[in-house]
Amino acid sequence: MRLINLKPSRTNQLILALLPFLALLLAYALGSTARLAENPSDKLLPALSSIADAVNRLAFVPDPRTGEYLLWSDTLASLGRLCSALGISTLIALVFGMVVGMFPYARALLAPFFAAVSMVPPLALLPILFIVMGLGETSKITLIVIGVAPIMIRDLALKVMELPREQTVKAETLGGNSWQIALRVVLPQILPRLLTCLRLQLGPAWLFLIAAEAISADSGLGYRIFLVRRYLSMDVIFPYVIWITLLAVLTNVLIDLVRIRVFPWSELDKAS
Amino acid sequence: MIVVNNVWKEYGDQIVLERVSLTIEDRAFVALVGPSGCGKTTFLKLLLGEERATQGTIVLDGKPLAPEPGPDRGVVFQRYSVFPHLTVLGNVLLGKEFEASRFRARLVGAARRDAIEEARGLIAEVGLAGSEDKYPAQLSGGMQQRLALAQALIMQPRVLLLDEPFGALDPGIRAEIHVLMKRLWNETNLTVVMVTHDMREAFTLGTRVIAFERPRNRPDERERYGASLSRDIDIWPPRRAGVLDPDSPDRDGPIHEVGASRDDPAPSPQGDPA
Repeated sequence: MRLINLKPSRTNQLILALLPFLALLLAYALGSTARLAENPSDKLLPALSSIADAVNRLAFVPDPRTGEYLLWSDTLASLGRLCSALGISTLIALVFGMVVGMFPYARALLAPFFAAVSMVPPLALLPILFIVMGLGETSKITLIVIGVAPIMIRDLALKVMELPREQTVKAETLGGNSWQIALRVVLPQILPRLLTCLRLQLGPAWLFLIAAEAISADSGLGYRIFLVRRYLSMDVIFPYVIWITLLAVLTNVLIDLVRIRVFPWSELDKAS
Repeated sequence: MIVVNNVWKEYGDQIVLERVSLTIEDRAFVALVGPSGCGKTTFLKLLLGEERATQGTIVLDGKPLAPEPGPDRGVVFQRYSVFPHLTVLGNVLLGKEFEASRFRARLVGAARRDAIEEARGLIAEVGLAGSEDKYPAQLSGGMQQRLALAQALIMQPRVLLLDEPFGALDPGIRAEIHVLMKRLWNETNLTVVMVTHDMREAFTLGTRVIAFERPRNRPDERERYGASLSRDIDIWPPRRAGVLDPDSPDRDGPIHEVGASRDDPAPSPQGDPA
């Protein structure tokens, strides 16, 4: 049989999916053992047991100085920033995306502006934000919004323009005015796309969050990683990176489940 | 009555339609035929208000046509006529909701119940009873077009514009929907203008068949000469909406209650005498 026609069963699919993760883990364990055998005080690839110790210390033992459980307080701080930034971006993207996509005059006015703004490298703006807004939460949230919102606006505006012309004309012949068509025809069809768009922007959003926290913060996942870097604490950095990845993956899956649950037709439409 | 007076349509340098003049009577069923790219659909867009004529006027019931689509002219396209995010019932209700509630575009309470009742009636009328809660993606092509008809008809438009509405359907399904189309035309106060590729469809449904053609079609002349009306054929014997013709009963037309042309006794309105 040709390779292109060989399909794995469900169990095999699961096994195959796990294989790269296990291979990575195994490679790490082997590398770590080899290095520690040579130099027991090696800090680069700490043993899995010392990583487990660090996780235990961070997650389940209160910090002697502040009395907080560091992993959870860091997670809370980071997620707070991330969620408020993504919430604001989503709202901005929804409003401007629909306006630019639906109204030719608004498109003429704003589309070139957003196209230019989305090309500005957000990290280059970070110093400006810190100077203007200070080192607090506002500048971090603003950085994520600036990094994420223009791309979301452009994506949504394109999606609005992709709606078949026939649909708008049909809605007009049913007596709909611009506002009604926006509310009942365009908005509901854009919302699932907004969720997908949000999903795709999770990666960049985390990037900007960690960059901002690395430079200036007193808590947060990115702050902790860059803090312990000074002591070469790989046993803290590794679990933090895995935890961040896990959070991002879970949010990704969750948003998609919400889309399918709330807009069942969007999944039907894809199949047809 | 629709009066089209010397209409020209140009896109930039290219002339698509020229010297189109036409009067469409109330309750007529006009089929527009012609080869591809001869401006049939452009003409329909002019009637719809989606495009504006470069020259000439179109008058609907004594008033110049509004420059944008409106609820007096319903439309069914070949595709994308129904909204994928609304159920069958939601699709049919939408027009009513637009009409009743300017800002929320939603109906509540008794008004909603009445509208649902009316919508259900119309859904049953087009043969979709029982599918009210399905999404369009769960319907076949023929059922989607039936839904599109019901959705347009709930607004009780004066004119129904059809842009190759049945072109993508199988012959069997198409024949069924022709029967429905004819019944709707007979029972409602509608003037229908339909673009079609299918001559047979044009002659089975129409009261009048109008052909668009480019009189000059050499490549070097194509751009500068648009299409115009080349044939205007009244169907004989004449069909009239809702009127039965005892001499030539139409297969899908209104039926005779009694009479020589029936070979089975029709049930009388008072009930069976026996």
